[in-house]
Parts: sequence; structure tokens; C-alpha cells
Amino acid sequence: MDKKIARTASAGTVESSDCLVTVSPSEIFLFEYSGPNSTAFKKRTDTLVRTTLEQYGIKQASITIQDQGALEMTVRARLAVALERATETTNEE
Amino acid sequence: MKMTENALGRKVPLEVPGVGAFAPYAGPFATINALNPFSGAVHKVRTAQRGNKIAASIEEAVKKSGLENGMTISFHHHLRDGDAVMPAVLEVLQKMGFKDLTLAPSSIPDAHECIADYIKSGLISRLYTSGVRGRLGKLISSGEADIPVVIRSHGGRARAIEAGQISIDVAFLAAPACDKTGNMSGSSGPSACGSLGYAMTDARYAKHVVAVTDNLVEYPLAQNISIPQYEVDQVVVVDSLGDPNKIATGATRITRNPVDLRIAYNTFLLMKASGVVRPGYSFQMGSGGASLAVSIYLEEYMKNKNIVGAFGLGGITGHMSSMLEKGLFRTLFDVQSFDTAVTSSVASNPNHTEIDSSWYANPFNAGCLVNDLDCVILSALEVDVDFNVNVLVGNDGVLRGASGGHSDTAAGASLAIVVVPSFRGGICSIKDSVKSITTPGETVDAIVTERGILINPLRADLLESARKAKLPVVEIHDLKAKIEEMTGIPEPIAYDESKVAAVVEYRDGTLIDTIYRIK
Amino acid sequence: MKNKKDKSKQPCRSMLYIPGDAPGMIQNACVFGSDSILLDLEDAIAPSEKDAARKLVRSFLDEFDFGELIVTVRINAADTVYFKKDLEEIVPADPDAIRLPKCDSAEDVRKADALITEIEKKNGMTPGGVKIHAMLETALGIENAFEVAKASPRVSAITLGGQDLTADLGVQKTRGGHELFYSRGRVVVGARAAGVMAFDTVWTDMNDPEGLYNEAKQIVELGFTGKAAIHPSQVDVIHKAYRPDYREYVRAKRILEAAALAEKEGKGVIAVDGKMVDGPIVARAARLVAIASLYDYEEEEGLSQ
Repeated sequence: MDKKIARTASAGTVESSDCLVTVSPSEIFLFEYSGPNSTAFKKRTDTLVRTTLEQYGIKQASITIQDQGALEMTVRARLAVALERATETTNEE
Repeated sequence: MKMTENALGRKVPLEVPGVGAFAPYAGPFATINALNPFSGAVHKVRTAQRGNKIAASIEEAVKKSGLENGMTISFHHHLRDGDAVMPAVLEVLQKMGFKDLTLAPSSIPDAHECIADYIKSGLISRLYTSGVRGRLGKLISSGEADIPVVIRSHGGRARAIEAGQISIDVAFLAAPACDKTGNMSGSSGPSACGSLGYAMTDARYAKHVVAVTDNLVEYPLAQNISIPQYEVDQVVVVDSLGDPNKIATGATRITRNPVDLRIAYNTFLLMKASGVVRPGYSFQMGSGGASLAVSIYLEEYMKNKNIVGAFGLGGITGHMSSMLEKGLFRTLFDVQSFDTAVTSSVASNPNHTEIDSSWYANPFNAGCLVNDLDCVILSALEVDVDFNVNVLVGNDGVLRGASGGHSDTAAGASLAIVVVPSFRGGICSIKDSVKSITTPGETVDAIVTERGILINPLRADLLESARKAKLPVVEIHDLKAKIEEMTGIPEPIAYDESKVAAVVEYRDGTLIDTIYRIK
Repeated sequence: MKNKKDKSKQPCRSMLYIPGDAPGMIQNACVFGSDSILLDLEDAIAPSEKDAARKLVRSFLDEFDFGELIVTVRINAADTVYFKKDLEEIVPADPDAIRLPKCDSAEDVRKADALITEIEKKNGMTPGGVKIHAMLETALGIENAFEVAKASPRVSAITLGGQDLTADLGVQKTRGGHELFYSRGRVVVGARAAGVMAFDTVWTDMNDPEGLYNEAKQIVELGFTGKAAIHPSQVDVIHKAYRPDYREYVRAKRILEAAALAEKEGKGVIAVDGKMVDGPIVARAARLVAIASLYDYEEEEGLSQ
């Protein structure tokens, strides 16, 4: 079932080796990737974001990632949590 | 630009327009071994009237100095980020309408981003430095300076000055203490910075020297004269040399970062296993992170084993001066002092000797101190499987570091250890080929990371000692593969090879690498 | 877990707590030198970040190669809304063990055990692979130490949770730790009786390595198999406390040699230095030699030559 971005939500931090992912409602797909080493992993992160959104069945969303040197597995986890927080119908927990 | 391939397979120009001809790097000792005596810088004969050299202002001093468009000016970087002298002088020169100058400071602190503006304005058209960072680094890497920056090591700069490749017309030297005849010292006054080692070389060879001081002392300056009056033409008194808090930073704290501490401990174990920590040894370490933390383990070991080293060298930190104080080294040779604790040691400890940059690291004199080093610990931005080291260019391909004494000490020391975390900012520090070679792998004996010790195959003896001591030795390709499995491999940087942004000199004056503009 | 190996026979002197929401720490877990790590989803994580920590730990368990490190995850207690979610997210990633907080009885363990078994089956895993390290954090839990330890074959360790326990006992944690003397003894005895490991609580003052060393020495002598650490700098101190005395190490090696010889010659009786040695002593010697192999005795060996 396709999910919808209900609200703006973030996950992660701007500490070293982490990243801050923010997901917001949007009419179109927007992706902004910044951080000291963002040029080094531009394509990889772009692919990660697109495949993750596909898995969640989300077509329209605004995603920003501020990458402070996070490993891909960290970005993946942060992105998933941000998406879950943004798509939940009721607040978890 | 006509390019050729040097001994490391890097393409380098044979001539940099506006700067001059260069030979390609041929090996760490090739040029030294083949060296023929050649004429050095011509010392300008000048005569001064008896008495006062005080100039009323920087502007007046500039007028009297005979500075013209196209000439070369120099500064030292001993006041670090607190320095207000270089910005003040450049501002005056800009107002006076100068253009096309060569700026040849000993290095450029982070704070001096104003240079970027003066390159754009045309005041500065050539830049010779140890490194560039911040906004200036971005400007250079974007190819906006017409003439490529020439990057030299500290020893290489001393050599270039003595050999006349850098011919300084006017040196503006910040003087924390100075008398009316120009005797100056770095170790007293409100802007005290310790050693004036890099400035000494400028004072000796510049055609005209202007001392800039905020602390004019009664004649004669009595203690710790770093630069003598006979090398100084004018003295300008200003209100302040800069921000004292940024000139003399407090004692550098030892890191609590567990990764750095692990690197430091591995480094200490390697030093111990190599047998280098013995009575009478000589040592240089860096001022930050893992390098500085080695001193915790080293100090304890030297105390327990009653080992007294002959000398500590280099940029000196408070930890080195405290080891001198405790009798763990007989003397310190200090070309640059890093914190306040060092300044007081320079001023009061007779075994703490201020040295000039030629004495420190010039490969073309009758014997520099780096050549007598038993062990040096160096940092890196990245390394490669051939043990080459880059300290200049960041992961984004932009200039963001300084050559410093890196290649000088690596070539000189019997044991050169490079400390680097195996990955930083999510990127593996070990590359197939570094983006820019500052120090050739042939002169690097070992690379120490938190995940293992990598030993240069050229050092079979060191490898054997490390294995015997059961140290965590890893093959460099293996560690690289292991780290990349975790980090992935970054996308290559798109350089525009039609535009040279900087050339990197090896200590002997040959070109070791070329840094291109980023697309 | 990525490249999972059987680590059940590895010594586990130290367990380093790492907040489950700190990627910078987790990615360097293997350089801190501890025998095991505890990725924490409980006390170190604020309620608003429970989901983030859970997902991050899962991501690292799936993709990160922890090598030889024993990896355990401390989940939230059974009486929280996070408990089930934690298990559902973490168990499929197959960590070496789940650290189960606030176990007061065998029943607490069996409940978790049943849920873990269910999750393992659903994910096609061999049931029983993920062990439980049960935390005893109340007076009741301490009294039930043995019952908890043998509540399920899944339990491979019981561990004393000092902070909650002292609160429950109505006492202050002191530097000397005598207030925990009985509880510690009971945990060790219960663990040994059930054939599982016994872990001690954390030393909370990061700036008091001497206090930590004294306490670690004490709990080593009491018979604990390991002790938790809250900071990488504590790991070496704990390991130092576990370093067997060189003479004991030499003697233990001789006991093992004698035992091997006796077995080879088919003798029932083992004698070392004219003294009879029996089964439990041989077993202890084997444990001691295993621990001693982690240390360097170069200096002592030099002296004895």
C-alpha cells in the first residue's frame, strides 16, 4: 500500500559520522544532499533515497540529508526512521 | 603548459608561466645527490644611519622600503589565527594602489581569508606558501588565480630563499618585542608567540626588512633576541599585532577521542618495538589528535626505563616542553611554538633553543636538524597503497591543508610514522593513489591506524620487529579492502586538467605533483 | 548478524555499553578493545529516539562486520511499549545475545524466550540461537538468581544491575561496594550452579579509574566472568584486573600438562608438585589459562629465565 507523507519529520543528528534526514510533504520529488563529503557519495545516496521511497511506495516527498560523514548503513537507518515518522497515522509510543 | 611525468608518474609542468622553470621530481634524494654547487641569493648590501629606525606608519615604511609593483613581499605565520599584521599591511598596499605582487609568507593561517580578496583585486598575482585553506583554498581550487600557487615545505621554502628562487624584496615581520634598532624577540610582550624560527630566514635574506611591533621596548632588547638589528631596516609601532587569545592558544589538550588514543597507543607500541626509543634519541611529533597523544605513553615509558632523549624538534607543544622540564629530553630545537606553555619555556629554559627554518629543515645546507631525527610522527589527510601521503587536498578535491615540515621530516627521520584514522567522514583514508602527493611513500616507514599498523614493504626490518612484538600488523591492501567494504568507494573527483591551480614542490625544489582546478 | 561466528567459548571480561543511537561509536566498536559490546536501546536512549536507535542498531547488525566482537543488545523491559518492537526488530538480525533488563523471576525469562522463539521461527532461524543475558536489578531478582539462570537454555549469562538494585535495597552505592557483597555472591553462585556466565554492574565514575580497578579486582576474586564498562577508557582497567598472576598462570599450565599426561597414561589420579588435583581444579586451570592467553607475560618470562 502506498504511503503518504503526512507531516515533516526528521531523524538523526548533525554529529560527526551521523546525518540528519528531514522528510516533508511535497507535490513533487525533491532531494537535497549536503555536507562536507556529499560530493563523494552523491550518486550512491541518490540511489539509496530513490529505492527506499520506492519500497515505501512514496512518489512525492521532499527529502533533505545533511551528511556529516555517515556510513551508508547509518543513512539508510535514518532515512527509514524519518519516513516512518512522517508517514505514521498516529504517533507511535 | 608543457607537462612531463615525474618519478612518481605524476604529470608536472616544466615551466610555470610567471614563476619560472622547474625540474620534475626524480626521487627523495636524487637531486641532493646530484647537486652541483650553485650560486645562492645575493645579499643586498645596505647601510643604516646610527640610531632610530622608527617609521611613523606602515604606509611610510612601505614608501621608504622601495617596494614596487611586481615585487615579492613576505610575512611569518607565528601569530597563527591571531595575526593582524598581514591583513593590515595588505590593506595599506591595496590603498596605495600596488598591484602584481608576489606574496610569499611562511604559511597562511586559517584567519587570513582576506588574501582571496586581494588576489581578486589584482594586488597579489603570485602566491608561494606552505598551504591554503578555507575560502582561499576554495578560490585557488576553483582556478580563479591566474598564476598557479607554488606550495613548498618549510625546509623547501628555506632552501628556495637561500638559493634565490624566492627573492624577498620586503619582509614585514610581526615582532612581539622589539627595540628601536630592530632587535626582536617572539617570547615576550602581549603578543608573545615563542619562537620566530620562520621569520629568521626572511630577515636574513630579504632585501628590506620592516619590523612591525606593538611592544617597543627600551633599547637594547635584552633577552632572547630572535632577529638581530643588523637585519632590520625599519621599525613600525602599531597598537596591536592581533588577538592575543588566538596568538597564544592555551595548552593543547590531549585528545579523549578513543579512536585517536588507539592510534596513539599503536604508534607508541611500534616505536617501542622498533628500538628507536633509546637513550640519546631524537624525536618530533605533531600538535594534534593522535600524534600528540603518543606523548602520554612515551613519557611514562621513558620515565620507567630512565631514557633521556637527545633532542625534541619541530613545532613544539607544551607537552614537549614539559618533557624537557622533566629531564626526558636534553634539549628542544624550536622552529615554531604551539602554545603558551612553550612561550615561557623559550623565554626561560636555556636548553630550549630557537632555530631558524634552514637549520630546521633546509635539505641544501651543510646539515639540517630533520636529517638527524630518529623518529617523527606525522598526520595525513589520506595515504595510498604506495605509502604516499597527501596533506593538502581534502576529500572534495579542494585545497585545505599545509605541507609544513611533512616531507622534510619524513625524508630526514630514520623512522617516519604517519598516523591516520582508517576512515574519516565516512571515507576510507587509504586510496589506490592519493589525490596529491606531498610526501613520497619511499620516505614513509609506517602508517598507523586504529585498526592496524601498516608497514612499508621497503622496511623489512621494521616489519620483522613489529611481528616479533606481536603488534597488530596489517597488509595495506587488506585493510583498505576491509574499510571500503564498510564505507564504499567515493565517486572520483572531476578535475579540469587544462587549468593548473597549484604546483607542489618537493623539498629539493623539484615538482612532485600538480593540483588542478575542480570542475 | 553479518559474518556471525560462534563466540560462546570466547572470554567475555568486559562489556562496553554503546548508546544504540551513536553511529560514530558503533562504527568504531571493534577498536575499543573490549571483549563484547552492549548496544543500548534502554537507559541511554530518550523515549523520543527509541525508534531511531532500534533501527540504527538493526542496520549495523545487518551490514557491519563486528569481527570477533561479542555483540549483545540491551532492549527495553517487558513492561514497556518498546519491548515487543525491540525484539521484533533486533532478533531477526541475530545478535549474539539480548540483554533482558529487570528479570525478577524465571517467568520473566520464559516470556521473553517464547517471544524470541516465535520471532526466530517466523524468520527461518534456528530457535535458541539468540542467547539471553538476564539482568537482575531488584532484590527479588537477586533472590531468584539461580531460577532465572536456569529458566531457559537460552540464558547464557546473568548480570547484576547495580543502579536499580541499590535503589531497591534502599542503600547508597559506596566506593568499596560492601552493600552489594551479598547480592554479588548470590549472582555468582547462581550463575555457576546453572552453568552460565556472571557479569557485574558498571562503575559509573568515569574519572575514577582507581576505584574501578579496586572494584574490578574485587569482583574478579568473587568469581564474576566479566564486568560492564560505560566508557572505552574503562576497558583496559577491567582487563588489568582480570590479568592472572604469572605464578598462578605457570601453575595452571602445569596442572593442564599433568592432566593431559594422566589422561594419556590412563591414570585416574593427577598430581602436581606432590599434591593431588581433581576435576574442578583442572577446569579452573583451563579457564585461567584461556584468560591468561590474552595477556603478555614477556617481562615476567624474562625475569624467570
